[in-house]
Formats: sequence, C-alpha cells, structure tokens
Amino acid sequence: MIILKNLTLSDGSIQDIRIDGGLVVEMGRIIDTGTDCTDLIGLSGFVDPHTHLREPGFEASETVLSGTRAASAGGYSAICAMANTDPVADDSNLVERVYDLGVEAGLCFVQPVGAVTKGLKGLELSSIADMSTSRAKVTMFSDDGMCVHDENLMRQALLEVKKFGGVVAQHAQDPKMTVGAQMNQGAVATELGLTGWPAIAEEQIIARDAQLAQEAGSRLHICHLTTAGGVEVVRWAKSKGIQITAEVTPHHLFLTEELVRTYDPVYKVNPPLRTADDNSALLAGLVDGTIDMLGTDHAPHSGEKKDCEWENAAFGMLGLESAASILHQVLIQSGAGDWKLFEEIISKRPAKLASLDNHGSIKVGAQANITVFNPHERIAVTEMNQSKSNNSPYLGLEFIGRVQHTIYEGQFSMMNQSVRDQ
Amino acid sequence: MKHLISIRDLTKDSAVALLDSAQRLSQVNQRSVKSLPALRGKTVVNLFYENSTRTRISFEIAAKRLSADVINFDAQSSSASKGESLRDTAQTLEALGAAAIIIRHPMSGAAHALANKGWVSASIINAGDGRHEHPTQALLDALTIRQLKMPGNDLAGIKVLIVGDIEHSRVARSNILLLSLLGATVSVAGPSTLLPEGIEAMGAKVYKSFDEALDEKPDVVMMLRVQLERMQEDDTFSTRDYIANWSLDQRRLGHLNKEAVIMHPGPMNRGLEISNQAANDPRSAVLRQVENGLAARMAVLHRALSGEDAN
Repeated sequence: MIILKNLTLSDGSIQDIRIDGGLVVEMGRIIDTGTDCTDLIGLSGFVDPHTHLREPGFEASETVLSGTRAASAGGYSAICAMANTDPVADDSNLVERVYDLGVEAGLCFVQPVGAVTKGLKGLELSSIADMSTSRAKVTMFSDDGMCVHDENLMRQALLEVKKFGGVVAQHAQDPKMTVGAQMNQGAVATELGLTGWPAIAEEQIIARDAQLAQEAGSRLHICHLTTAGGVEVVRWAKSKGIQITAEVTPHHLFLTEELVRTYDPVYKVNPPLRTADDNSALLAGLVDGTIDMLGTDHAPHSGEKKDCEWENAAFGMLGLESAASILHQVLIQSGAGDWKLFEEIISKRPAKLASLDNHGSIKVGAQANITVFNPHERIAVTEMNQSKSNNSPYLGLEFIGRVQHTIYEGQFSMMNQSVRDQ
Repeated sequence: MKHLISIRDLTKDSAVALLDSAQRLSQVNQRSVKSLPALRGKTVVNLFYENSTRTRISFEIAAKRLSADVINFDAQSSSASKGESLRDTAQTLEALGAAAIIIRHPMSGAAHALANKGWVSASIINAGDGRHEHPTQALLDALTIRQLKMPGNDLAGIKVLIVGDIEHSRVARSNILLLSLLGATVSVAGPSTLLPEGIEAMGAKVYKSFDEALDEKPDVVMMLRVQLERMQEDDTFSTRDYIANWSLDQRRLGHLNKEAVIMHPGPMNRGLEISNQAANDPRSAVLRQVENGLAARMAVLHRALSGEDAN
C-alpha cells in the first residue's frame, strides 16, 4: 500500500491518495502517514505516443527493459513502442512479443504500435486486423521512420483501422522531396553544405492525409509535427471537423537548426530541427489545442552511429528521461500554460489516442498510474542515463523541475528519483 | 590556429596576416632553392577521399617546400573502401606520426568532425568537404586579387562576381565568406536552380542574370566549373542553355573592364563555362591562382604546425 500525502493535483487541489491492490482506493484527507508530497505536483502517469525501444533487432541501442527504465525515470507509466524493429512489428506474433517483453520488465505499460505496411516497405498493408485482435490489442498503426507515401495505400489503411476505431499515425515526409536530406532546408543548410529537408515535404503530406481521413471518416494522427506551416494545416483540418490529432517532440519545441552548425550528430534527427519561428508556432499550437500532445520520439543509437561524420550518422535523439523537464520549461516556466494543460499534453490525450483506458486519470477505483513532479529541483542532464544509449542533445544542460516518483499499476517504478531494480 | 576548417575560423586580422605570410612565402617559390626548414621533421598526410590531383599536388609541394615529410593516403583505394571509419583511419595515421592531416572528403562536415570530435590531436586542414568549404582555395583567390588589384592590406572596395553552380560549390561558399570578411563586395549569379536558398545570408548579393551582373562592372569575375558528372544526372540541365546564359563568352568578355581579373579554380571546361578566348585572355589569372595556391597552403601549414606566421 502507498499513501501519497499533500499532493498538489493539476486542478490546484491538495489531496492525499491511498493506493492499494494496484488501484487508487481513497482520495482526500487521509489520517495515516505516507510519502510526503508537499509542494509536489501529482499528475496522471505520463503516456508517450512515440517511443523507439529497438528490441528486437537493435539491442545494442536499447531493449524493452532499458527503455522502460528510461520511461520510469521520465515519469512515464505507458509508452507506445514503434514498429521499426528488426523484424518489423507487422504481424500479431511480433506485437505480442514486444507486449510480453513489456509485461516481463514490469516498469511501465508497453503498447506496441503495429506497422501500417509489411516490412515498412510501403507496398502492401500489414496484418492490421490480426494485430488489433491480438493480446497486444493494437489500435495505433504507424510506419514511423518511413512515410506511407502511396495515397491509395494510406486511404486503405485509414479504412481498415476505422473498422475497430483505430488510428493511423503518419510520419509526414514526402520521400521524393527529401532524398538525402540532412537538416532543415534554408540558409543554415546552404552555408553548411548539407542537403535540405523542406517544410513543404511535411505540410503537403499532412494536407493530403487530412483529406483522406475526412473522406474515410477515420482517425489520423500526425507524428512529430515540426513546421509552422504544418501547424496551420492541422488547424485548418480541425476547423473542418476532421478526426486529426498531432504531436510535437520536446526537441522541436526547444532546439533549433542553429545547433547543426557544430556538425555534432547528436543534433541529427528526422524530421530535422527547424527555426526559432517554427518553435514558437509549435508552442502556440500546443497552447491553443491545435497540437494535442507531446511525443518524445525517443530514438536511442549506440555510440558508433553518432561518433562519426554528420552525413554518416543515424537520425534520432533520446527523449524519455528529459521530456517532462523540457515541457516544464517551455510550458509552465514560460507562463504559456498551466498544470492542467501540462497533464492533458503529456498524459490524458496520448492515453486517449492509443486507447489506454487505464491511463490518463487519477480517480478512485482506477488503476494507479501517477507521476509526481518536483517543479523546484534543478536537474543537470548528466544524471539521467537509464537508456543504453547516450545520444541526448541535452547533456550538460540544466533544467528546473524533474520527476520525483513514478507509480505504475500501484507500485513505485521510480521512487525518489531511483528506478526500481528488477 | 591549430586547424583550418572554415573561413568562419578566421578573423579579418588573422586572414590578412595569413595573406601577408603567404606573400612572403611566395618569394621562396621564386628562388633557385625552393625550400625553407620551418617544418623539418614533421609529417603531413594528405588524406583524400575524393579524386583531386591538383589540390593534392599543391598541398604536397607546399609541405615539401617547408621541409615537412609528406605522405599521400589515397583513401579511395585503401582501407576506407574496406569500410574503415574516418575515425579509425585518422587515428592510424596519427599513430604513424602525422602532425597534420589534410583532408578532402565528399561529405560536408567531415573535416569539422576530424578536428572537433577528439579522435586525434593532429592539426586538421580542410582541403574541401562536400559542398561546405574549401578555405585554402579562398585564401589563394584572395591573395591573387590582392596582388592584382593592390587595394591595400584587405580587399575593401573590390567588386567580385562569382558565376555558375553556386549550390554545389564549396569554392563559392569559402570565397563569399573570406572576400566579404576582407571588405570586398561579393555577388553571385547562376541558374535559379543552382542558387541555394538563403545564400544572401552568407553575405552575397544575388543576380539572376550574368549580363545584369556584368552591368555592375565587377573588378573580378570568378567562373565556377560546371560539374558535368553531376549535371548529366539532371534532366533539366541543358549545355546549350548554360553556354547561352552563363558562359564567359566573347561577347561578355567585351563587356569586362580593361583591368578586370578573370579567375577560375580549375580544371576549366573550355567552351562551357569559360570560352577559349576568355581562358587565354591576358586578364586571366588562372595560372597565378595555381601558383598562389602553393604560397597560401604554405602559409596555412606554417601557422598550423609552427604556431606562427612566416616573416
């Protein structure tokens, strides 16, 4: 049994919470003593709609166990594991395997994401229906890393997931416009002599897919939105009543393409870091609800994939362990939003996206998935290293605010900043 | 200056001092005994991942004139083609005693990685990385312009026009940065598809027409080589159109100032970006550029390896 005392919830109320048998059993004033949470913020457990766990296939970079340890350290009680493993998670056996590895690790809920197309090849649909009825109960499908570029295949995928209320999460990147792309297109890419990734390659896929989702009457989710123009397109789509949601990563809110001037591959990510104007548009979109949620796009890479020339380096950066600290800085400390919005962005809306009914709320009778955030403590990013990889663009930086405790299924997966050992 | 990766590594004063050093060192090239003992006992490696006979030979002679030992490592035909990483190759060369590594690489940022990732402690000289920079080419060009136009220490008041495929040219990028750092007014002209977005931000004025740019009476016209191997893959590229619009042909030659300087980094495609007449014109400084390449590279190696400029 856990009792959290004096916890400040996102609505500003101060409550004690009693957790027993995996559930929240009592809220309000509790006489018994417990874990003191005075001045700490209690939020429904964080949910990441976009994690790369690398297992099976790339265990040198991350495993389900190391990735869920990183998730616990970052306050996540549920994560959605992308399908670009080796083999690709494109049938029911493979998604069940990842699901089982998550259960075995026991630190947070691992919801596998199924591939939209077989082998992420973009040629034919994967076994979407089978995955939805498997033990892993997949409702979100994505070829993340690759764009489902064939418009007819995208339309079929939207119709297929509609049958069970699922969603297609699109990595919006026109492959023909981004051949060999290394960074955001513009003056910095020009000076650095690196092939540009134009904003239009993102925007026109979003526009196309929004129309396809409208016609199909199905759900579309846009992964890692990065451009001001992309925000405009999503805003338009929402105004038309299209069932579209969008996520933004911590790094696209916080970092800009100027960092690429160092040619340090730790800043190499796809979609690429953009401009300060894009960052502002993304934050504005997050505040006005155009962008629904934060997705980390946690992408571990082993050392040799980053300790090399820029063009030879892999795309991607770590995100799970630092996401909440960055969102705190960008949203709360800046005064742009409040804790209610914070909780929507990092927990409630992603839980709804992935149909994770046990996540995204703190209430009596519900499964106890709770994150306790300390908004006062400084954190130097060197301290965060549960991941097997260390390709964090935040190393050496300091933030104010970090996760203190993470509770998953009624147990501490992290207590006092210490992740539970198995 | 331990490394020379980008013109951004230089201040105006340090660039002028390099040119002064190069000017002094160029006199060595006129002597009967063309060498100085400055770098005796030091090993310099030419690490070339791209074909470039001219630049490699120029660096080789420059290093030898300063009495350094020179090793040419043709990375295309050796370990790199077996998949060895840049890091491992560079560390191997350093273990063999390299004090400086002169690198030519098809990827932008490769020289930067070698200098900054902590793999080796040798001096790194960028001899061209992808489309990014070719700083010693810009130095030899600046030296050539200074010699011929003699405006003073720097290039204040000189109008330079760079013409051709700006998009893929590291020569253009380094020259835009260096010549404008030295006070010149730099313009670029080329087909719109070969003018990269945001090139103005580097300090160049952009012209969409060669003739319009020539109306501004530039003091220097620098013609860039058409990279035919690249253009053959581009369906929209037409040699005839290119010659009509972007070649320094006889007609345009007639519009140049009498004292104008014609430059080209070589190798020239005679009859394409530069007409035979223009290449042979007395105003052409192409061979002086080659000669100054030695002096400029001697100055860079001297500073990088001895810590001071030649005097």
